[in-house]
Amino acid sequence: MENIPADNSGQIDRRQALKWIGAAAAAAAIFPHASAQDKLPRPTGAAPGGQRIGTDPVLNKNYTPGDLWPLTLTPKQRKAAASLTDLILPPDNPGDKMPSQLGVQEFIDEWISSPYDETNKDRPIITAGLDWLDAEAQRRFQKDFADLAEPQKCAIADDICGKTAVKKAFKGQQNFFSRFRYLAASGYYTTPQGWKDIGYVGNVPTVNFDGPTPEALKHLGLA
Amino acid sequence: MPIITEKDLQPIYDVIVVGSGAGGGQSAYTLTMNGVKVLMLEAGRNYDPVTETPMFQSKADAPLRAMSTKEKPFGFHDATVDGGWEVPGEPYTQASTDPKQRFDWWRARMLGGRTNHWGRISLRNGPYDFKPYSRDGLGFDWPISYEDVAPYYDKVEMLVGVYGSNEGLENTPDSPNGTLLPAPKARAGELYVKKHIAKFGMPVIPIHRAVLSTRQDHVNFPARLHPNNPKAQKIIAKAMQERAACFWATDCGRGCAIKANYQSTTVHLPPALATGNLDILCNAHAREVTVGADGKANGVIYIDKVAGQERAVKARAVILAASSGETARILLNSKSHRFPNGLANGSGLVGKYIMDTVGAGLGGSVPAFENLPVHNEEGAGTHVYIPWWLYKDASKLGFARGYHIEFGTGRRMPGLGAGGASPGYGKSYKEEVRQKYGAGIGFAGRGEMIPNKDSFCELDPTVKDKWGIPVLRFNWKWSDHELKQAAHMEATFAMVIEAIGGKAKKPEADGSKAIEAGGRIIHEVGGALMGADAKKSVTNRWNQCWDVPNLVLNDGSAFCSNADKNPTLTIMALAWRASDHLVEEMRKGNL
Repeated sequence: MENIPADNSGQIDRRQALKWIGAAAAAAAIFPHASAQDKLPRPTGAAPGGQRIGTDPVLNKNYTPGDLWPLTLTPKQRKAAASLTDLILPPDNPGDKMPSQLGVQEFIDEWISSPYDETNKDRPIITAGLDWLDAEAQRRFQKDFADLAEPQKCAIADDICGKTAVKKAFKGQQNFFSRFRYLAASGYYTTPQGWKDIGYVGNVPTVNFDGPTPEALKHLGLA
Repeated sequence: MPIITEKDLQPIYDVIVVGSGAGGGQSAYTLTMNGVKVLMLEAGRNYDPVTETPMFQSKADAPLRAMSTKEKPFGFHDATVDGGWEVPGEPYTQASTDPKQRFDWWRARMLGGRTNHWGRISLRNGPYDFKPYSRDGLGFDWPISYEDVAPYYDKVEMLVGVYGSNEGLENTPDSPNGTLLPAPKARAGELYVKKHIAKFGMPVIPIHRAVLSTRQDHVNFPARLHPNNPKAQKIIAKAMQERAACFWATDCGRGCAIKANYQSTTVHLPPALATGNLDILCNAHAREVTVGADGKANGVIYIDKVAGQERAVKARAVILAASSGETARILLNSKSHRFPNGLANGSGLVGKYIMDTVGAGLGGSVPAFENLPVHNEEGAGTHVYIPWWLYKDASKLGFARGYHIEFGTGRRMPGLGAGGASPGYGKSYKEEVRQKYGAGIGFAGRGEMIPNKDSFCELDPTVKDKWGIPVLRFNWKWSDHELKQAAHMEATFAMVIEAIGGKAKKPEADGSKAIEAGGRIIHEVGGALMGADAKKSVTNRWNQCWDVPNLVLNDGSAFCSNADKNPTLTIMALAWRASDHLVEEMRKGNL
């Protein structure tokens, strides 16, 4: 089996694994400086468990989050997750659905609820981060995150998204945002709408493989 | 004679074939087309790619977006079931705790074995690759030459369907006209690499892969494959017509429901079954080969995994094609008064000189690929590669032998990590994701390992699998040749990525860190080397065991070297050749 690096999206590379190890360590101290720390509820979801994928699953059927193991997020957390997903990946075209309508937050829930070590390292990061979002929204605007107006959501997201220097007080939240964005984007760009959005037009049968278009060749100075 | 259960077993077969992958599939095909009655034993379950392959599922249709897990290491949709680096209840052990001396053993317990998911890269060994010792004094020469195997390469390529081209390059053999199927076009990024590395003397040429870029020539191929055998011609002509050409979508590693790529289960086994001469018994894990009073193999003891019971079945000859590791294990476990050190092990060489492929990789991103006008770049996996280009520089490199380079570019199906590393969120973030998508490139070197005495497998003295069968313990050590080669790969990839204006991750200068662990490339060969001298080899030039001539080893175990060319095509060519010889010997009454 050859495994070409650029086409290995089913794999977790070593760098990614290292990132997760770092993320898990950071999660233990996710609220070191946040002023809202004392008011925050701790994650209460059931411990990850349930059925693993197994060595011989049915491959040609479609799975939905929750099919194999119970999900974690509370309704409140799920609402915050849906809202943050839509903020990170807003639709560009009028006919497009919101990522939350495509179930991206349910994928995130499936991920953090899985019995696999590789994914459930994200569990404390995501659940605590979502709780922090609501707490921070309450602190600043007296509403849950999902109920804020977009500029208010942006005010919080801007502080933690890493686009500009993140204040020391928000370092833990920056890690949450980065992991959440990784999962939201992974969840979204693997859907048919996400394919269209990113410019992936494969997975359709064709009689011939035509190779690069004249425009593509020109773009690369090969025409 | 179909896929059967235990109660339908015949009292005796002409030949038992252990294993159903490339070697076993080819053996069963060749034998049954010649009227030989065959029983195939497969340790895993029956598996049908036509009904089981996830052809158009998106990663969103899989749990965890098809993430690699311990149970499905190449991702959820990979064809392998009941297999991987670990198989529950069937451990193997390492002689050393040093991670640099470990060997990772991929097994696929399913009908068709590893052919269901493999990369389909089908490169011929060249003339040099059969005589490496004569060229540089290292390793072993094969007792056969390229000319001995070439007619069987021709036949296998026609039978399984291989796309590619003839380029006339050194030690990179051409195929006879009309044998190969047309090569698919190169992708944009592949053409870009080709243009920018020509100055290094590195050719970028079509790779050979076992995928039908067009349908096979079912009118002319059958007579070329089976001269003077009208029944075989008729069967294979029909089987070829049941295979569709590739429609350039869905990853070959998932298997192929339209039979456009080669897997034993869609290409070798259906025509073999159609002869009426093949029984296949699944869930039958071979434990040992039995020997009669005359010293010849006369059957196999296997575990009926459904009933959890040991059973025996008889035959006039036995072919092992269980994977080179499993074949060595079966031989070593076949102890008797006459063969106290295991069967066919008079030389003491069973399990010795196991090999894998040298592997190292480096990725990068290429600004020139950003914002490439959108078009379908899916194709059929790998289209082009870089064959070893430094034959003339052998004395200057500091290591023996060479490697080829496989590389991947293009706008492929997005998966985990599709959002990249861009900061921020919202419209600007999405813009950046679109810009970077498809701008990545990954290079992988696949090089020759020289067999050495420190790399071998043996029976673990204490550990047994869940049926009480002693398991393999692996000993592994790379020589400096492989480590220096891996470092050379890294430096080359960095040079190439720079030449295309890309940004590479840091290349690893330490070969012992750059090289993949033993076994990770899943090109496991050796362990029962063929040779011209019974004292210094396990099999003769026809893959027949010296000590037991009606026992034939038709997987990669008889390999004397492991060229940079991926081994599967050579396994099939040698299995065809050895099976032809076995038929001849049986007809002559020599066995």
